[in-house]
Amino acid sequence: MTIALFVFYVFALVTTASAVMVIAARNPVHSVLFLILAFVSSAGLFVLLGAEFLAMVLVVVYVGAVAVLFLFVVMMLDIDFVQLREGFLQYLPVGALVGLVLLVELALVFGTQAVETAAVDMPPTAPPGVTNTEALGSLLYTRYFYLFQTAGAILLVAIVGAITLTLRHRPDAKRQDISRQVHRRPSDTLEVRKVRPRSGI
Amino acid sequence: MSELFVGTIWPLFELVLLTLLIVVPLLLAVAYLTYAERKIIAAMQLRQGPMFVGPYGLLQPLADGLKLLFKETVIPTRANKGVFVAAPIVTFVLALVGWAVIPFGPGLVLADINVGVLYLFAVSSLGVYGIVMAGWASNSRYAFLGALRSSAQMVSYEIAIGLVIISVLISAGSLNLSEIVEAQARHGWYVLWHFPMFMIFLVSILAETNRHPFDLPEDEASLVTGYNVEYSSMAFALFFLGEYANMILMSAICSILFLGGWLPPLDIAPFTWIPGPVWFALKISAILFVYIWARATLPRYRYDQLMRLGWKVFLPAALLWIVVTSGAMVALDLLPK
Repeated sequence: MTIALFVFYVFALVTTASAVMVIAARNPVHSVLFLILAFVSSAGLFVLLGAEFLAMVLVVVYVGAVAVLFLFVVMMLDIDFVQLREGFLQYLPVGALVGLVLLVELALVFGTQAVETAAVDMPPTAPPGVTNTEALGSLLYTRYFYLFQTAGAILLVAIVGAITLTLRHRPDAKRQDISRQVHRRPSDTLEVRKVRPRSGI
Repeated sequence: MSELFVGTIWPLFELVLLTLLIVVPLLLAVAYLTYAERKIIAAMQLRQGPMFVGPYGLLQPLADGLKLLFKETVIPTRANKGVFVAAPIVTFVLALVGWAVIPFGPGLVLADINVGVLYLFAVSSLGVYGIVMAGWASNSRYAFLGALRSSAQMVSYEIAIGLVIISVLISAGSLNLSEIVEAQARHGWYVLWHFPMFMIFLVSILAETNRHPFDLPEDEASLVTGYNVEYSSMAFALFFLGEYANMILMSAICSILFLGGWLPPLDIAPFTWIPGPVWFALKISAILFVYIWARATLPRYRYDQLMRLGWKVFLPAALLWIVVTSGAMVALDLLPK
């Protein structure tokens, strides 16, 4: 057994085990932590496949940003663990059905692809000596340029939507206006007066 | 049998040896960074600093380490034990793994991977988990508040750091750290071309490592010490070591991206006599001095001012600089092929 194969089995085992623990863990925060472990070890699998750029982006985007926010939300929620467990058996058949449908669909996709690979419009493979990043970049910005831009536009709309939903103007909140502070001069606010004793201003 | 040894076991053994060759000096550097910090701050405040343990107090870091090692490990009753114990280990390990891709000289690198910059970025973005886990598992209000502040701060400044790195990458044309340094041998150090970005990077790494004046996560006046308040003995020491190792790592990244890594300042006789790793160490030390200098001089930022600086100043400035850099490079036909 080569080292690469051994490492593959370690990563594969950790990924599957932590994916199982995501749904099996009693505490939701533990579930999220196991989800993060699953992400990281699947990044390891990407590296073994030679897709190092995708591996790093997976860690940066999903683990570094998305999962942090997710963890925040789960930590802040006041969840009753017992109540959360109650419906588990009741929903099990539905979950199993969805899983089965997905499995059959995947089998169908891979089955047809194996039979007629030539029919599918496969993206060209990178020539040897071209790095991952270069290959992906030259595909995304040439062949799939419009799709790439559309994806960006959709994300932008999502950002604008999220901001408009949560934006509130609170007139009572005190805010710091830096430029106003910087442009304030002593002559605007200070006045020197001569005050005679025993008489006010 | 001998084939197995030569083919499999010896490379692994070599790898372990090389790793130790990086980790042991690093831990020593961390220990003496704490000593340097105390001495420099003392000098700036007209004090003596540590001076009783050993000559000039040189054995003080070792004495501190021993003291922490022999203290009792306290795990709070209401703490979530598994996560509580894992958090300092995560912090410490993440502070070490980044060093795998740092080139110390031409060819002197443990793993010369093509996506070195992204790897470092990924590792530093994972760093937030140690702190969040510690804050949550302690089951204590101060610790949790510290963890919340810290993660919001690290996520915000990571964006600024990422955008700053992009302008360097456009100029160098590679994600490989060694190639970025070699590109600076041809173009001149990027601190000259991207000086505003260098300043933003320098301030952002202060915030990213939770150091003064952005040390709100461990704001002792309002949060006791924040996320690590419930930790004692070696668990606390691991957080401490992790924080300082992260400072050194960030300084190393900064000197690779902007100060030409192992390159001498001028490629002429007296400078080229000094070997590359020494130049690299000198540059790291210079940036670490800025860290300590900032701690001794600047008051702590208020939280809303910290967020304003990250999102409303650094983010637009870095974005603008990307547009300017790429525009200039396309216009002058300087793009790396």
